[in-house]
This record gives sequence, C-alpha cells and structure tokens, in this order.
Amino acid sequence: MKALRTYILGFVVSIALTVVAFALAQMHLASGHIFPTHELAVPALVALALVQLVVQLMLFLHVGQEPKPRWNLLAFYFAIIVVVILVGGTLWIMDNLTHMQMQEPYNVFEEENIFPHGHAE
Amino acid sequence: MKKHEHTSVSDRNLFGFWVYLMSDCVIFAGLFATYAVLGHATFGGPGSYELANLPFVFVETMLLLTSSFTAGLALLSAKQGNKKTVVAALLATLLLGAAFLSMEISEFIGLAAEGSGPGRSAFLSAFFTLLGTHGLHVFLGLVWLIALIISVVRRGLTDGNSRKLMMFSLFWHFLDIIWIFIFTFVYLFGTLAL
Repeated sequence: MKALRTYILGFVVSIALTVVAFALAQMHLASGHIFPTHELAVPALVALALVQLVVQLMLFLHVGQEPKPRWNLLAFYFAIIVVVILVGGTLWIMDNLTHMQMQEPYNVFEEENIFPHGHAE
Repeated sequence: MKKHEHTSVSDRNLFGFWVYLMSDCVIFAGLFATYAVLGHATFGGPGSYELANLPFVFVETMLLLTSSFTAGLALLSAKQGNKKTVVAALLATLLLGAAFLSMEISEFIGLAAEGSGPGRSAFLSAFFTLLGTHGLHVFLGLVWLIALIISVVRRGLTDGNSRKLMMFSLFWHFLDIIWIFIFTFVYLFGTLAL
C-alpha cells in the first residue's frame, strides 16, 4: 500500500500547489496588479510550477526509481539538456535581436500609428 | 521478478516509449519557446491577458490532474490483479479527460467565433499551436484509452494489457506535466499582463 500512499501524496501536493498558484494570480488580478508585485509573482509562479514538476516526476512517473542501469533516467537528463538549450537559447537570441534593433516588438505598431493604443477596445 | 531480468521485452518496450515521451517533450519545448517569443505580437487582437479566464482554467486543471491520479490508480490495481477496479479507474480517467477536452474545444470555438482564430495574429497562432498540440495528444490518449478499456474487459489483465496500461499511465502523467507549464506560462502569466 506504499505505492497507493505515494500517489495520494502526489495528488494532494499537486492540488495544493495548483490552488496556491491560482490564488496568487487571482490576488494579483483583484488588487489591480499591485499585490503581489510582478517582481514577486513571476518567480513565485515559476517556482510553484517547477516544484509541481518535481513532485509529479517523482511520485507519479517514479523517475530515478528504476533498478540500475538507469537508462530512463539518462534519457530524461538528455531531454532536460535539450529543452534548456532550446528554450533558453531561443529566448536569449530573440531578446538580443529585439534589443539590437532598438525596438520593443509591442510598441512598434503604436509608434507607427498602425494600431493606435486602445484600438482593440 | 529477478534482478537480472531487466532486459526483458516488456522493459525494452517501456524504455522505447519513454524515449518517445522525451522527444515529445522537446516538441513542446519548441512550442513553448515560440509562444514566449510571439507573446506580445498580438497585432491589435486579444493578448494573453484577455484569454486568461482563471476559474475556467482552474476547473480544466483539476479535471486533468484528477484524471492523472485515476490513471495511476488503474496501474496500481492492475499490479494487484483487480480487474474491476482497473476498468472503473480507467473509465473515470476517460470521463475526466473527455470533460477536459470538451472544455478546451469550447474555448477554441468561442475564440474562433469572436474572430480570434489562429489566423488573427502571430500570438494567437502560437497559442493555438501550443494548446492544440496538447489537446491533440489528449484526444489521441482518449482514443487509446477506449481501446485499452475494451481490451482489458475482453481479455483481462494479460501481460500485454498490463504493459499497455503502464505506457498509457506514463503518457497521461506526461500530458498532465505539460499542462502545468501551460496553465502557468500561458494563463497565470497572462493575468499578470506582463
């Protein structure tokens, strides 16, 4: 029954982390984007997602709990490396590109008066 | 099972399936990166702030999370050889997954009806591709699940069915993990109006 307890624990912790994350966003929205501040909310939401990732990987997918040799774990590490390079590299390059062109992508339409602010509303 | 038996057919199949899941992970990484880059390219259309309906997404999240849990329960009952519980847990997974998918489809149809389809802006293209790919995985998972339930009811918990059930539960947990990142980076970050 240890396995069942593992699943229940994973389920309960996942629900708790999800509720906290949504409550945080709801609080931010209700306070008119004042509390929690962006500087606080962004790292907090990322941390909550990463903790839930680890919880589900360990308690639902049982990563790293196979007998040796751990080929699944090796494939998993490789995937993590590829994901980090892909996402991190893309954000880095594209951010640099925007910066070097001295443009903010979301302001260019407004500056050129193609879509003046408030057009959508 | 004895210790030296871990290069059995079943283990090799499971490893192959795991490698597929990891490569699927890379596909989603590419889609998330695209979404992040195009996040502000709304071309005067709705942005992620307008799309983030928190209570709706919260219900979706709970449905998928619970279905992931029931898929785990099905796997546990299979290990104990309890066929009835396996079928019940899989049926619960099917219903919860179908409820999730119908909510997602209704969101898509609502957006398209407002003229905010994938062709509206680069942001919406990225949004529909990311969520659509996840939704397609859920859909294919549900089709697979129906086949699996029929197979378990007909033939019982054979070795083949147990192996398929193991793969299915891996797949389903994987989709739930992808959804964690979707609700965080698409919807919750959307409400922050960054």
